[in-house]
Amino acid sequence: MLRDITIGQYYPVDSVLHKLDARVKILSTFLFITALFIVDSFVGYGIIFFFLWAVVYLSKVPSGFIFRGLRGIMAIILITVGINVFMTPGEQILWEFSFIKISIEGIYAAGLIATRLIFLITGSSLLTLTTSPIQLTDGIESLLGPFKRIGVPAHEIAMMMTIALRFIPTLLEETDKIMKAQMARGADFETGGIIKRARSLIPLLVPLFISAFRRADELAMAMEARCYRGGENRTRMKQAVIQKRDHKALAVMGLLVIMMILLRIL
Amino acid sequence: MMTMIASSGLVYEYIRHNEAGHIEEKYQALKGIDLDITKGQFIAIVGHNGSGKSTLAKHMNAILHPTEGTMWIKGMDTKDSHFLWDIRQTAGMVFQNPDNQIIATIVEEDVAFGPENLGIAPQEIRLRVNNALAAVEMQEYMQHSPHLLSGGQKQRIAIAGVLAMKPECIVLDEPTAMLDPSGRKEVIETIYKLNKEENITIILITHYMEEAVQADRVIVMEQGHIVLDGTPREVFGQVQRIKELGLDVPQATELAYQLQQEGVDLPSDLLSIKEVVKEISLKMMPFQETHIQTIQSAPELECSVNKATEHSIKICDLTHIYSANTPFEKAALQSIHLEIKKGEFLGLIGHTGSGKSTLIQHLNGLLLPTRGEIFINGENIHKDKSKLRQIRQKVGLVFQYPEHQLFEMTVFKDVAFGPENMGLSKEEVKRRVQEALYIVGLNEDLYEKSPFELSGGQKRRVAIAGVLAMQPEVLILDEPTAGLDPRGRDEILGNIRKLHEALGITVILVSHSMEDMAKLVDRVLVMDQGQIALTGTPRQVFHHVDRLEAMGLAIPQISYIMHALSELGISVPTDLFTIKEAVKVLKPLLK
Repeated sequence: MLRDITIGQYYPVDSVLHKLDARVKILSTFLFITALFIVDSFVGYGIIFFFLWAVVYLSKVPSGFIFRGLRGIMAIILITVGINVFMTPGEQILWEFSFIKISIEGIYAAGLIATRLIFLITGSSLLTLTTSPIQLTDGIESLLGPFKRIGVPAHEIAMMMTIALRFIPTLLEETDKIMKAQMARGADFETGGIIKRARSLIPLLVPLFISAFRRADELAMAMEARCYRGGENRTRMKQAVIQKRDHKALAVMGLLVIMMILLRIL
Repeated sequence: MMTMIASSGLVYEYIRHNEAGHIEEKYQALKGIDLDITKGQFIAIVGHNGSGKSTLAKHMNAILHPTEGTMWIKGMDTKDSHFLWDIRQTAGMVFQNPDNQIIATIVEEDVAFGPENLGIAPQEIRLRVNNALAAVEMQEYMQHSPHLLSGGQKQRIAIAGVLAMKPECIVLDEPTAMLDPSGRKEVIETIYKLNKEENITIILITHYMEEAVQADRVIVMEQGHIVLDGTPREVFGQVQRIKELGLDVPQATELAYQLQQEGVDLPSDLLSIKEVVKEISLKMMPFQETHIQTIQSAPELECSVNKATEHSIKICDLTHIYSANTPFEKAALQSIHLEIKKGEFLGLIGHTGSGKSTLIQHLNGLLLPTRGEIFINGENIHKDKSKLRQIRQKVGLVFQYPEHQLFEMTVFKDVAFGPENMGLSKEEVKRRVQEALYIVGLNEDLYEKSPFELSGGQKRRVAIAGVLAMQPEVLILDEPTAGLDPRGRDEILGNIRKLHEALGITVILVSHSMEDMAKLVDRVLVMDQGQIALTGTPRQVFHHVDRLEAMGLAIPQISYIMHALSELGISVPTDLFTIKEAVKVLKPLLK
């Protein structure tokens, strides 16, 4: 169940996209999203489609893997489409039943929003598919750096993300273990009404929280023992250096946005 | 000689505040410790839980500061905040739980964490990370994700993380307590190498006396005091005193001691198998010929064979495949056939990943077989899914570290969780809870306490009682002694033995300890790569020394001594594995 969600997963292959600087990729993702919200014509969507197709190709991530990620959010897309189809007021009515009206405009709007959503998710999942979690957090820390002066705790945010990523598999394993241990004592997590089910989670959640706090306590001590004292004066082993390909990538993204703006104005 | 760590009159008080912020309880964990540790030494600190070992270790890294007295690391007072980072860099620390000290999601990033905190230049960090990983022989795992490594490997990464800070001293707080025997060996060999080759001072806190024997100096702690301090020979020579302190001595030392008690003239400060074998063989050589007769007629020690023929558990062709039909497919169990008799005491051994845990989770329906069938009392447990809960009542499963599942407000309520789920009447629940808590030896005054206030060993016994209260016909225990000190280990094993004898229930014990197997079980099952590799009485199984060693397992130390003696041409039976048996056989030969 949890394994089917590919959003946020890293797909380790060697590609141009993987080699790009994480900061550049984060910025590019923002630019891509901007472009996606500017576009309002079929030509624009066509360009974006080809652009996306080219980027997926360059990333060397199998397209099947990306589509599997889309499956997880299919429900959201369907609901959005439904709302748009039924709720968009329009002139050309195709079908009508009491207050429900389906219009050409509605279908048109629903199609656009669905395309936009699919593009949005594909584009942003490419970021996580081609960037390892640690590069991603480092990238966020570095991009947030300038905002430190106005009180944004950039280093702390990045550190929290790193630790969260590190402990997700550990805590999942632990949940499974406690669940089994309580099931061995006759606990039932699967049947009963909503209140009974919520109650049945207590024997799972209490030990899980206690364990998480104990781990947090021990981890904090281990970090202190290794001379951790926040982000001040800290160096990094891996220095991300902006290279030529990063400049090129940013230029391409800039062009895409400008093109979308021009398409809209003209 | 340069002093690395020194302390004088070190006192530490834990202070507990109540909700209003008033001091509720004061507890002196350290009561005036005077210490002087020379640079380059390998020190082992032993003592049972609560003796103050960990508190002392945390002072060496300035995580705790003395309430009274002083602690110096290389002359730096730990109370002086100017020295804080220098102290932590000089005396690095490795903790017990490998999972809770790894910070990054990639091995090399984690090793770099320390030097990054010290503000070292990137190229220098890269160099240090490479060297540190090479020193613990983990270079090939540089790009791996830590959560996929074994416990021993994780601890080596933690050691590398400390090494990358270029410490002069490493303090290790029970680094092997949560590891299996091969992981323990990996870690101890690494520490030993660092001490000898890099001249790093080592402070090793441990519950395993075989590890302490390798140190230059052993410090024994009890109730916040240092009670014994000397070379391993000086300390472990005092077998009686060590036992009084609730600690173990190495098995070889124990054998020599027992023989000595029986009137055999042997030195009592023998530490290793080698030494014991040498001393015994020296005594025996001259009389070898005359004694062969005696040996052959040495009484066969009886093996408790259970006469009951009824099968409690029957497993046919059990196969389990994890993540079937994906690239991660892994066969955890392959065509297991097994019958377990009613009232049998079965031991299950095998290194981590051999399929032990997968097997026992099938026995009460927590995992479903990919192929094959399981019968409990002649009933196929997967035939009728609605009966799974009944099966779970019949087959009680105590997981590893069962105390992590405790959740209720009081001990009593927690133990009552199982029986209440069975839908029993209030009186019956009460009766069962009291009975279960009585069996595990917990006093009535603890019933209304929060389980989280208890000691580690007590918590574990509450958790075991929680399963016992369901009155299972089969009790499965997955490493019930893991992480406990020698006293706690003995208590739990004593409980289990009593339980088996008094209630006559079928017990399956999963353990890494060959000594426990030898002492307790009727039959041993050795698992390797998802299959049953060996099965038989402990005597039959431990006979296959070479096969066991090839699987990464060991035989009891006593067996090693017997094998070594027989290789020297002394005719002694090699299929002995408890101290009691060995004493019985060796005594007439040595007098």
